[in-house]
Amino acid sequence: MLVAILRQGDYLIASIQFDLTDGQVLELRDDLSDRIGRSRARGLIIDVAALDVIDSFVARSLGSIAITARLRGAETVIVGIEPDVAIAMVQFDLDLEPLRTALDLDEGLSLLDRLTQRDGEDGA
Amino acid sequence: MNPDDQPLMDPPPQVPEVDRSLLHELIAYLRDNRTELREEWVERITQAQLLGVMTPEEIFSEVTAVYDNYVDALETGSVETLQAYARDLSERIIPRGVETHEVLGIVLLLRDVLARALFVEYQHDADLLNRILDAYEPAANRIAVTVGVSFVEERERVIREQQEAIRELSTPVLQVRERLLILPIIGVLDSPRARQLTEQLLGAIQANRAKVVVIDITGVATIDLTVANHLVQTVEASRLMGASAIITGLSSKIAQTLVDLGVDLSMMRTVGDLQGGLEEAERLIGYRPISKGNKPDAAAN
Repeated sequence: MLVAILRQGDYLIASIQFDLTDGQVLELRDDLSDRIGRSRARGLIIDVAALDVIDSFVARSLGSIAITARLRGAETVIVGIEPDVAIAMVQFDLDLEPLRTALDLDEGLSLLDRLTQRDGEDGA
Repeated sequence: MNPDDQPLMDPPPQVPEVDRSLLHELIAYLRDNRTELREEWVERITQAQLLGVMTPEEIFSEVTAVYDNYVDALETGSVETLQAYARDLSERIIPRGVETHEVLGIVLLLRDVLARALFVEYQHDADLLNRILDAYEPAANRIAVTVGVSFVEERERVIREQQEAIRELSTPVLQVRERLLILPIIGVLDSPRARQLTEQLLGAIQANRAKVVVIDITGVATIDLTVANHLVQTVEASRLMGASAIITGLSSKIAQTLVDLGVDLSMMRTVGDLQGGLEEAERLIGYRPISKGNKPDAAAN
């Protein structure tokens, strides 16, 4: 496993520390999907603060990770996107709608709290 | 023809000894007739209606300084002092609206005045006149070029500084509350400015940990497709950084333009004016206005 996936309460936190190859991105997707099911996580945070660039493949993959995670019962928040990276990402003209984002890990956790709480209320 | 007999056909870059003595004679002549030539020059400047923004006294004192520097530059062959003076002069006269053609005009006038004086002085000896002019012309032209270039360079420097100042001033990102930024955009929004604005905004979002940014475009008169797309990208990039963007102050003209252009505005949260935008922003962050003296419940109603 190339990316450490930590467990924090109901949430999983994956912190990407270096640029991944396309293959490694797909591996991460499968890993996360598997871990969400096994640990019954309700939220997933992917920290990309260490990445200098997020290309269109990675951006699309993050989107598909989020959709996969939702199908498995977990909300996904991407955190730590740098200003330069954000500008580059919006210029790809990709559909970034599925991506929920927050400034940093702290913000991501409180966003997940709100998301999962609201889901709980909706369900009740 | 022996080339040695025609030393004037091809003036060497270094002034030869014989020409140097001529140059000394020339300079002595210009110094002796300083008063007359200077007055002649001022008269020509007045006739040509140059430097209209300056008073006659100012023109006379500048003319004296330029004249002396000019003769010095002729004598030493070094234009550095003159260049420094021209820069300094430009710095003083540019804010008063002196144009490039005026500066070039007065320098060329001085060249003409002096050349005319040389014609008069040496008209009895065509050969000597020729050699005097050979010594004079390259130096005079070089001086004219130096002054003109110094003026233009100075002006460009001023323009650059002003552009820099406008860029800095025109896109302030202001924090109005904890985690709430406003970005008032005033003036013409073009692509470089839109890009710079996005970078500044994203930097501020990161530095202030902003949750909501209100982008107010009340002061923007028109917008085109490229800029509209930039705006959409700015909103989207802010979202990637974890901040919601609210656009306020769209004039009806701009709103109409955006609809006509078919810009996808589904991602954009817009509110009519800045006040409404701030209220919406506070609601998003979780503030609730409470009137002083009333119970919170009463104020909410």
